[in-house]
Amino acid sequence: MSDFPAVNSASVVAEAAFAEHMASWPRMPAWLAEAKREARKRFAELTMPTRKQEAWRFATVSNLSCDGFTLARGEASLAASVEPVVTCGGCLDFADDFHAGGKPLDPELAEKGVIFLPLDAALRAYPEFVRKYLFGHMPNLGSEKFEALHMAMFRSGVFLYVPKNVEVTLPLAALHEAVRPNAGLFPHTLVVADENSSVTLVEVFRSRDANLAHFACAASDLVALPGARISRRLIQSWSDSSLAFHLGSSTADRDSSIDSISLHLGGGHVRAEEHGRIVGRGGNVQMHSLAVATGSREIDQRTLQTHLACDGKSDLLYKNVLTDKARTIFAGLIRVDELAQRTDAYQTNRNLLLSPDAEASSLPGLEILANDVKCSHGMTTGQLDADQMFYLLSRGIPRKEAEKLMVFGFFEEVLSRMGNEELSAYAGGLLEKRMGAAG
Amino acid sequence: MSLEIKNLSVSIGEKPILKDFCLTVPKGQVHAIMGPNGTGKSTLAKALAGHPDYTVNAGEALLDGQNLIGMEADAIARAGLFMAFQYPMEVPGVSIANFIRAALVARLKEGENFSATGYYKDLYAKMDELKMPREFTSRAINVGFSGGEKKRCEILQMAMLKPSYAILDETDSGLDIDALRIVAEGVEHMRGPEIGMVVITHYQRLLNYIKPDVVHVMYGGRIVKSGGPELALDLEERGYGWVEKEFEKVV
Repeated sequence: MSDFPAVNSASVVAEAAFAEHMASWPRMPAWLAEAKREARKRFAELTMPTRKQEAWRFATVSNLSCDGFTLARGEASLAASVEPVVTCGGCLDFADDFHAGGKPLDPELAEKGVIFLPLDAALRAYPEFVRKYLFGHMPNLGSEKFEALHMAMFRSGVFLYVPKNVEVTLPLAALHEAVRPNAGLFPHTLVVADENSSVTLVEVFRSRDANLAHFACAASDLVALPGARISRRLIQSWSDSSLAFHLGSSTADRDSSIDSISLHLGGGHVRAEEHGRIVGRGGNVQMHSLAVATGSREIDQRTLQTHLACDGKSDLLYKNVLTDKARTIFAGLIRVDELAQRTDAYQTNRNLLLSPDAEASSLPGLEILANDVKCSHGMTTGQLDADQMFYLLSRGIPRKEAEKLMVFGFFEEVLSRMGNEELSAYAGGLLEKRMGAAG
Repeated sequence: MSLEIKNLSVSIGEKPILKDFCLTVPKGQVHAIMGPNGTGKSTLAKALAGHPDYTVNAGEALLDGQNLIGMEADAIARAGLFMAFQYPMEVPGVSIANFIRAALVARLKEGENFSATGYYKDLYAKMDELKMPREFTSRAINVGFSGGEKKRCEILQMAMLKPSYAILDETDSGLDIDALRIVAEGVEHMRGPEIGMVVITHYQRLLNYIKPDVVHVMYGGRIVKSGGPELALDLEERGYGWVEKEFEKVV
């Protein structure tokens, strides 16, 4: 059991929890309070998803009840002193949505104008600046009700701004930990990379105690202004009894690039939405994901690559490994506006089934209005290849070991894009642990 | 000490391929098996390696007295039999270095530790012999390899795993003359009293570089003729037509 007692409070979806949240945030800017109240109203108005909706096809919508979860009330006492997972130029550690520690931003970066703060602190220090970007984009891929809940209830998260022409060489990191039993978290991530800047943000989302249940409704908004480069790495290992939403948006302006890699290793039910938008000529969005679905986990992935400008590029690769009775759903769409000529857009979903009881659904799609484009989508679902297996066995490698090599071979395509050896090793270790626990 | 194959009968599905096949390869010797296409040469190789698609209906294959028939493919390999494949499989995402390391780790005896430094030293030395660049170690097994690179990679694995017997299945197929020479040199380099080898080939040209002690001619699922290296030259000159004529009745 957790060292921290549960907080007796209303469910995160109750009006009382919203009132409590608003009361707990002194001197909230009026515009934010207004936005939150509107979001709360929207949440109440929107209906719960049903399987009849295209955006929820195949999903087990009965898993989506958040009734048992209460508003996370992080405080300093929840802090855990942990080393960042990578050598970084700064780290923000959150415990139950409370900024509880970390590593201060490298003063050299601060001097160059880089802002890397907990979102609530950024709202205090730079209210008008944050306002300009806050909630600029949401994925809008079916979880609008939960986006509204997120907006109404968020209280902190990561705010990262990189000024023009500043290249941040070391990654910046954030740790979002769920600590108290049944805590409901709403971490928000807002990254704005100004013209010709570059930055990498590594975010770890996890339950401190794997035996506790948590609710996370996380949203991220990555904005690359002309010529900027953003890399984002998301490593998620919520506990097996947790319900999690990861709602991601990447918006690439002219000649900018955003490269996101998400690793989903935990959670009982995970809904991951990712929307990449190319809004400026030559923008480039890379969306990669690796999910390990073990036990009776369900990982529900919805993606959209929207091309609104010409000469853009987007590449999506989602790979899922399933064991036991796990389920994954991938539904992805490439949408190319008629103005977005000379678009290059690719979408690939690969599912590896390691158990006859596991089930992977794949719904790829294209919607192309321009006439001069290169677009393709592909999907495969299968078991370990028998000929490859025989080849490894024929060298004396025992079957279990050969399986492991092949599964890691499947991961490699995504892991090799991490661009950081320390992070690859960390992720590899988590994957090994996760696969070791699989049946 | 020998690899002794006694009255081996093998089928694929309902179709019998090897019929009463017999062959003895003493350790330290190199034997060549030649024969027309479809005569069962590759079936012999795959069946001995424990491929699940091949059913052994009768017979034994004794590796220094240990019967390999019925053993799992990985156990056969660890018992000391190596198979160089005609068409080595591509295994995406698994690097050559990790692959060979896993194969060596599987051979450690209890209480033995794996030495990473010793491993790389050995690996690099053998790669140099085979004229393979260092970056090969981080490439995924056979993915995007040329025909020559694939075969060199097979020989590298053989050199690293030090089997007591090896079967090289059509190692010459798809190789240009330079690659053929490098592969043959690699095989010749390994040759010695510690290993017995069976070289399966359709063409004589490989035997210009690897000198067999004994040449066997296979036809209709069994060996129909055995002789010295001159038999290979004879086959080259006369083709396989006469084999078919002469042994059709016997088979």
